[in-house]
Amino acid sequence: MGYGPSLAKSADAKDAYIRAEGLACVRGERLLFRGLNFACAAGQALQITGANGIGKSSLLRLLAGLLKPYAGTMEVKGALALSDERLAMDTHWNLQRSLDFWARLDGRGDTDITSALELTGLADLADVPVRYFSTGQRKRAALARVAASGADIWLLDEPANGLDTQSVVLLGTMMQRHLEAGGIVIAASHQPLPLENPRTLSLADYRP
Amino acid sequence: MRVLGTLIWRDLAHAYGFGGRGGSRRGGFVLPMVFFLAVPSIYPFAVGPDAQILGRTGGGMIWIAALLAAILPIDRLVTPDAEQGFFDQWAVRGIAEEWIMLAKIVAHWLSFGPPLMLAGVIAAGLLGLDAGQLQVIEAGLAIGTPGLAALGVMIAALTTGLKGGSALGGLMLLPLAAPMLIFGAGSVLQGGENGLLLLAAASLVLVALSPFAAAAAIRAMRE
Repeated sequence: MGYGPSLAKSADAKDAYIRAEGLACVRGERLLFRGLNFACAAGQALQITGANGIGKSSLLRLLAGLLKPYAGTMEVKGALALSDERLAMDTHWNLQRSLDFWARLDGRGDTDITSALELTGLADLADVPVRYFSTGQRKRAALARVAASGADIWLLDEPANGLDTQSVVLLGTMMQRHLEAGGIVIAASHQPLPLENPRTLSLADYRP
Repeated sequence: MRVLGTLIWRDLAHAYGFGGRGGSRRGGFVLPMVFFLAVPSIYPFAVGPDAQILGRTGGGMIWIAALLAAILPIDRLVTPDAEQGFFDQWAVRGIAEEWIMLAKIVAHWLSFGPPLMLAGVIAAGLLGLDAGQLQVIEAGLAIGTPGLAALGVMIAALTTGLKGGSALGGLMLLPLAAPMLIFGAGSVLQGGENGLLLLAAASLVLVALSPFAAAAAIRAMRE
């Protein structure tokens, strides 16, 4: 199992943090990066940049506890939420029901789902089966799952991929609101994100 | 408990297609039941309608049918969830894989055990078994199907991510299910009622071990 009891939501999101020291990641017998250090406190955003295949997604999976680091240590306080390329929804169910399943696991209520749908501009699509969604709508559905989870630390893999201009603005608002509430956003993206001066971490600097 | 209930509810909703439109994605409970009934329906055509032969071999036949019906849905138990990222999302939430697998075993049993026991009555009728034999078969199915469900989930987890995993899964399940088949079919024979106790033991071992084996398989797949 990963670390940290992420099921128990921290009472005060203000003290969430995530720290990494000397992280190294090996995938398929290839060293992707090493000696990676960073720290994020409540209200901070971090954008991970780098070319395709450099290890952005692997770093996020590492932070999410889905991969074990080859070397180094991580410290996480607060619940995590991950949005990657897979939607993790039953595509024959409608969006409302899919989100409801995750909300039940997270101990969240209907109001959380409603506000997440509004934040991502999906309120009109709540009763449409997920399989009819376009690429951008799927991405927003995954973001809605993250927003509804109430987690302190958001790990977003290419959150702006496939989003139209208007949705990118929505994404910016959503992330900004999360940061103001004392959350943390760590996003891997090769394109600029709609964040006010985010710190960036270029994985190219940590190549072996 | 809330987590476990939610996970079981979701798998049951898939199997029985309740709660909202869309129906059951994963073939549901009807297919294993029809499959289970198809075997005793065609069996008399193959061996002839002699009531004595049917009565003597019918119990074993029903157990073979139950085993084959249990193999049928194993490629839908774990693989779709793994491919769509459900297991990763559960792991991020800190839900232990052992709980997830236990939920899957319970849900899988609920979606094929009771329907199979219901169909067992019809199967016994098709083969002309007497009331005593039917009683032993029903007791055996009640005891044995949880073990078959656990075995199915374990094999499904072990073969997830493999090419041709479902065919391989069927092959892997058969030898592991052999003890259940021997004790289950043996209990139907004259004076074989003690077979039920051994069947219960085999079933219990599988139910106890499978969540851990299946959980380890899912974790190993991530690396």
